[in-house]
Amino acid sequence: MSGAFTKSMARNIFYGGTTFFFLLFLALSFDTMKQLPKRDMRQNITPSIIAGKHIWETRDCIGCHTLMGEGAYFAPELANVVERLGSKEAVKAFIQSRPVDGIPGRRSMPQFNLTDKELDDLANFLEHVNTINDANWPPNIQG
Amino acid sequence: MQYKSQAVAKPYFIAAIGLFIGQILFGLVLGLQYVLGDFLFPAIPFNVARMVHTNLLIVWLLFGFMGAAYYLIPEEAETELFSPKLALALFWIFLVAGALTIVGYLTVPYATLAQLTGNDLLATMGREFLEQPLPTKLGIVVVALAFLFNITMTVLKGRKTSIALVLLLGLWGLAVFFLFSFYNPANIVVDKFFWWWVVHLWVEGVWELILGAMLAFVLIKVTGVDREVIEKWLYVIVTLTLITGIIGTGHHYFWIGTPEYWQWWGSIFSALEPIPFFAMTVFAFNMVNRRRREHPNKAAVLWALGTGVMAFLGAGIWGFLHTLAPVNYYTHGTQITAAHGHMAFYGAYVMVNLTMISYAMPLLRGRAANSNKAQVFEMWSFWLMTVAMVFITLFLTAAGILQVWLQRVSDSPVPFMVGQDQVALFYWMREWAGVAFLIGLIVYVISFFVKGEEKAA
Ligand code: HEM
Ligand code: HEM
Ligand SMILES: [Fe+2]
Repeated sequence: MSGAFTKSMARNIFYGGTTFFFLLFLALSFDTMKQLPKRDMRQNITPSIIAGKHIWETRDCIGCHTLMGEGAYFAPELANVVERLGSKEAVKAFIQSRPVDGIPGRRSMPQFNLTDKELDDLANFLEHVNTINDANWPPNIQG
Repeated sequence: MQYKSQAVAKPYFIAAIGLFIGQILFGLVLGLQYVLGDFLFPAIPFNVARMVHTNLLIVWLLFGFMGAAYYLIPEEAETELFSPKLALALFWIFLVAGALTIVGYLTVPYATLAQLTGNDLLATMGREFLEQPLPTKLGIVVVALAFLFNITMTVLKGRKTSIALVLLLGLWGLAVFFLFSFYNPANIVVDKFFWWWVVHLWVEGVWELILGAMLAFVLIKVTGVDREVIEKWLYVIVTLTLITGIIGTGHHYFWIGTPEYWQWWGSIFSALEPIPFFAMTVFAFNMVNRRRREHPNKAAVLWALGTGVMAFLGAGIWGFLHTLAPVNYYTHGTQITAAHGHMAFYGAYVMVNLTMISYAMPLLRGRAANSNKAQVFEMWSFWLMTVAMVFITLFLTAAGILQVWLQRVSDSPVPFMVGQDQVALFYWMREWAGVAFLIGLIVYVISFFVKGEEKAA
């Protein structure tokens, strides 16, 4: 860097550039918030779906699975699981039937002992996530 | 050590290394669970081991940053720390809160932990990296604010250098963006959108300011190059970081329900994010080549150069690999992501902390540098850990490419678990590389206890 370019010039570009791009980011984020209602299916969010999200969080499902591709990579994608297994009933049956001591030698999912209502809520939440317009991700049903 | 109060950095560094060991042990548990699925099941399920692994990482890096600030700020400001007592009290609060959280994860079912800690009042738990119970999150905020108060007051009463200012900006940013961890709307898309304001704006935003400031500080000390030159570089680097990295957040907004224009904004800006990392590498090598003195601490110089190279590889190259939307469509949420996450975190934030510790610890222990013998141990640990991490990354990348092919690209895509079984060989090799990493870490710890002829400070 030549002598003509001084530290105080560098500092001014830092403050100016950062402010500009941060404001641009805020503007884009604001626009996103305005557009989301067209994509995120919020009109369908019921108390059951909200309760389902709570179950999802308090069992830390994201610690093994991905949801819309985010999370852990130990177990299958779940944003499209209702579609993959065919129905909410199938999803609930899967969750319910996990053996307490796991499956010998296999990656095992805990038995969470969810009540029928909790299972319903969770399945409704997963079904809801499946309907969000996420630009056609994942590439295929396997997630 | 020029100021007495810098001594409070020492317990922070020691705690950081202790938690680092815990992080790696749990990494090995996770790696084993990848291939022996029911290992430790149901006592420690994968998700529990994972939150221990990642939360220990974050907490020890924070310990490192705070220790670095307590060491660096008095020397930059040319004045004693505003309150060393406060710094020491915060150390114990943070350590106890952190330890209790980990014990909570390991001994209480997560749903029960959530219930016991007020998650029903304000639900913040159960999101990746933000698994901490509410009291822990509040504790982090309190400790961060008191810490920031302490170092800001120190700078205010002393000399205000660019390094100190950039560091302060980074640390304030860290605290401010963490506040988004308390925002957890019922709408999953909005939830995910702002979750990245913590995670991405940390590692590809404000943390890079901390990284740059720490590196600049050590480079001034070990090379003796003029402060004006180094600080000019620092400003250029952090400018490049923020003008690319802020909008670069868009590379996480491709497939989570957000508008499709993010595929353009995110791809273009994040594709430029490697530039500041490249600048950092050039910066480190340039300054060392132009050095005006031969600092006796060779190990610290090695760590500083290593940080430049590995951060560029892990964040720059491995980030670029999957950051363009058409590529990310296939690689999103696979082992490619894990490969990048590992090398980027190691190359940037682990290594810069180890650089700082390498430089400061001998001085905190009353000598300019460790004995040659101790430095040889430390340099061995550098190579063992770094090469092991390169192999971890390569094996995960191989597994990731196969996973993408089997599960997403081929004409007859296989189910997730079928694909996982087919790439198990690579998970085994990753686990062995992980063992090598642990050996490197053990050598690192031993290097602190190796005696020999030392130069006085
Ligand atoms: C002994 C070495 C290590 C092993 C075997 C290991 C293993 C693992 C495993 C299996 C996961 C979970 C991946 C998943 O979600 O499916 C993980 C996650 C993670 N580990 Fe490690 N790890 C090791 C060392 C490290 C180190 C040194 C760092 C930091 C520098 C680190 C940072 C992370 C991060 C950031 C994640 C979350 C990744 C993501 O969300 O993409 N690990 N690790
Ligand atoms: C030191 C800096 C960086 C660190 C510590 C870091 C770490 C991480 C981690 C841990 C994840 C996984 C997050 C999750 O669990 O969902 C991730 C994702 C990602 N990173 Fe980075 N990163 C850094 C820099 C970069 C850079 C510079 C780029 C681009 C050039 C980049 C591109 C990406 C992309 C595209 C993803 C999403 C992967 C996916 O779709 O699954 N990262 N990063
Ligand atoms: Fe990112």
